[in-house]
Amino acid sequence: MQVNEYKPLIVAFCCNWCSYAGADLAGNNRLNYPADVKIIRVPCSCRVNPMFILRAFQRGADGVILCGCHPGDCHYTSGNYYTRRRMALLFSMLDYLGIEKERTRVEWVSAAEGAKFAATMNDFVETVAALGENKRLEDLRCKK
Amino acid sequence: MQEVTRDALLNKALELLKNGTVDRVLGYRVGEFSYDVTPAVFENEDALKKDFCWNSFCGANFSKYLISETAKTEKKLLVFLKPCDSYSFNQLLTEHRFDREKVYAVGVPCGGMLSGKDLREKVESVSDVSVNGDKVTVKTLFDGDLEFDFETLLSDRCKNCKSKKHVAYDELLGEDGEVLDSHRFDEVERLEQMTPDERFAFWQGELSRCIRCNACRDVCPACTCEKCVFDNPNSGVQNKAAADSFEEKMFHIIRAFHVAGRCTDCGECSRVCPQHIPLHLLNRKFIKDINSFYGDYQAGAEVGSRAPIVNYTTDDPEPSEAVERGHGNA
Repeated sequence: MQVNEYKPLIVAFCCNWCSYAGADLAGNNRLNYPADVKIIRVPCSCRVNPMFILRAFQRGADGVILCGCHPGDCHYTSGNYYTRRRMALLFSMLDYLGIEKERTRVEWVSAAEGAKFAATMNDFVETVAALGENKRLEDLRCKK
Repeated sequence: MQEVTRDALLNKALELLKNGTVDRVLGYRVGEFSYDVTPAVFENEDALKKDFCWNSFCGANFSKYLISETAKTEKKLLVFLKPCDSYSFNQLLTEHRFDREKVYAVGVPCGGMLSGKDLREKVESVSDVSVNGDKVTVKTLFDGDLEFDFETLLSDRCKNCKSKKHVAYDELLGEDGEVLDSHRFDEVERLEQMTPDERFAFWQGELSRCIRCNACRDVCPACTCEKCVFDNPNSGVQNKAAADSFEEKMFHIIRAFHVAGRCTDCGECSRVCPQHIPLHLLNRKFIKDINSFYGDYQAGAEVGSRAPIVNYTTDDPEPSEAVERGHGNA
């Protein structure tokens, strides 16, 4: 048994109407995805403020993924369009400051896409695990 | 060298005070030295004649002062606007942050401003500065008189001036200029060409000097929230210097993000930074990205335009493509 195998901590913000239901469907269908993914349910993907993403990194996340309804399918009509603009700018800025761009991601997952949810999470965990620990946006005060 | 003299501005202010167009004047007041002028409100003619000043160190952006100065009184205020101030003026009007009826704006052409902060970095013990055409004579206590070219002392933001054209005024002194074809994104592009490791090292070096004095936030004409997220004692943000490198990055990312799409690129943040952090490079990155993702947009160019971040189209680029496009690769 490997005791010290590195496990990334992934925070997934999932919108209540699509992606959270998609995660539920993945569970119902007995699809596997790593337990390193911690899901936070938000009313809409546009509820996620850039500060949430930075905070997640501060408190020890190695990767942050934001899942919402497909563009055009937002429960609140246009929330995910705003998310798309904000996150495009935020991710570009994080990259500009030299923070690995693979640590952040936005995926559109509908309530019917349990398989996509599981596949996305598997892929993301693998990508972040390959990068290793988050060093560039860590807060030493929050280290255990 | 400024095209319009102090006397021209003073006479205009006196004339408008006398004929009752305005009751107060927002202008620059002389400081102890010619390079430390401060914004001030003059209530009457005597105060104006005594302390009013206009020289090549009058860089402060007046637009933000209008919010507090028009809120507390019904009196009409005269304000002198340089071209870059006029963009902020429009942006604040767009956001309904002050009452246009209470302000009489006089546009003043700007020949580029010098920076007292940069000057004192270059020269020690400056006692006086005078500008004659393209030459700047700096008097010092110990080294005698030194002469510089105006261009070499020009503050960074003025070297990449985006516009000499006023976008808002009631009256104009002198000639209006043109929107310039500036090279303001060159520095951003240079950083983008670096590897992520180099960029990280660069920003770590710059931002680690931050002492969290909040001057960049306080001076910014786009940062006008009455309650700022960073002032919330429950937010978990440490309002002090070097609490952790994360804090510095978070503060500067969020500060720039909160003005993304509304920043007119006036460069005040970098001008006031006591630690010489090139904060405008963060704002310019957002401006450059907005221009390349969502089409060219200049905040404050017109009143009532909708900022890109509170707008959308159905075929915006995905965040995953954005990073690549931000490098100019697409």
